[in-house]
Amino acid sequence: MMIEAKNLSCIRSHKQLFSELSFSLDSGQLLLVEGENGSGKSTLLRILAGLRRPDEGELFWNKKPLVSALSDYSKQMTWVSHRNGIKESLTGRENLHAHAALSQIDARNIDEALRETGLKAHSNRLVQQYSAGMKRRLSLSRLLIKRAKLWILDEPQASLDKEGIALFERIASDHLLQNGMIIMSSHHDVQLGKHSVVKLNLQS
Amino acid sequence: MSTLNSLFFLCRRDVLIAFRHRQQALNPLLFFVLVCLLFPLGIGASADLLKAIAPGTIWIAALLAVLMSLDSLFRTDFEDGSLELMILENQSLTLLVATRVFAHWLMTVLPLLLLAPIMAVALGLSSNVLIILLTSLLLGTPVLSFVGAIAAALIIVIPHNGMLLALLVLPLYVPALIFGTSAVNNAALGISPEGPLYILAALLVLSLTLSPPAIAAALRTGVSQ
Repeated sequence: MMIEAKNLSCIRSHKQLFSELSFSLDSGQLLLVEGENGSGKSTLLRILAGLRRPDEGELFWNKKPLVSALSDYSKQMTWVSHRNGIKESLTGRENLHAHAALSQIDARNIDEALRETGLKAHSNRLVQQYSAGMKRRLSLSRLLIKRAKLWILDEPQASLDKEGIALFERIASDHLLQNGMIIMSSHHDVQLGKHSVVKLNLQS
Repeated sequence: MSTLNSLFFLCRRDVLIAFRHRQQALNPLLFFVLVCLLFPLGIGASADLLKAIAPGTIWIAALLAVLMSLDSLFRTDFEDGSLELMILENQSLTLLVATRVFAHWLMTVLPLLLLAPIMAVALGLSSNVLIILLTSLLLGTPVLSFVGAIAAALIIVIPHNGMLLALLVLPLYVPALIFGTSAVNNAALGISPEGPLYILAALLVLSLTLSPPAIAAALRTGVSQ
């Protein structure tokens, strides 16, 4: 498994966000995208997730151009953005079931994912009664249900408390141990110890 | 799990959400009833006059009620990020949006069809015309939902776009309105309503097949902004 970017550039509202950006990421590696607010971190992640086309440059998934490998890519990738993708008027469990059905994945992991993210006791409450941190945890539990190879995460630690951040670091570390790949942006330090972290700094 | 299974799940989810937001789903319905009931008060309650304008009134009230409900169709999906996830699924977005529009029709427009006969009787429409009115609405309102959904998807990135939505959609609604009302009028006059009904059915087939890909493309473009 490998994702590779060649000479990516992006222009947004007549402003060059980044140009000539190249990197590659292998199994078991984490790419940390750093940069100030407005430097294009989220836009880069949206491009990598396939929601947006780069203005120049190309992406490769397992040596094949991403545009021709989209179907395989969407099976192997989970996207968690700052918008949680959660329906407020459903319970936590209903949200995960709906997600599993849409992604055509097995719903067996749902209980385990809820337990791991500490939401088990709240899983039958409507999400609109959740705190911001709990919504975040619910959004992260999608990662545990789909078990995709590549995680693309936009500010995953946002609105999480200390325990939540520790939880995130634990599941991220487990994922890398199992040869997964993570691409994420963050304002926080990421404590992942021995895992190989590639840093990418976007200068604005 | 098969595609059909996940489409069914999506539909069930949407129905559940609509059910939990009953208040919001009831708004178009209330609007429909109010327009139908206030019309006679405004133009005078002569039985012949009411009978003559009843098909048009009911159709226009239904059309505006559908229009009213369209703005919320993809807006919350866009704002809470579930639209992004839907686009990234390894499934045909066309089928997913078609299912969503169908669920929307089921929860906001179908109740309106159940009330339409009562409104028709209140406006003095004779009972043998009722079945034609219902047939025309049953064929015509999905056209309104599917065609309107294209416009709702196109302007998803623009907040507070109610006016723009109406401007975009109303011209596209004219054929359905004309053939819908003329079917009912024909029936009331004792002429065969089949012609306009066939055209409505053709419009339905066209909008069911052609609008989902257009909606999907519009949503993709909106999200990639």
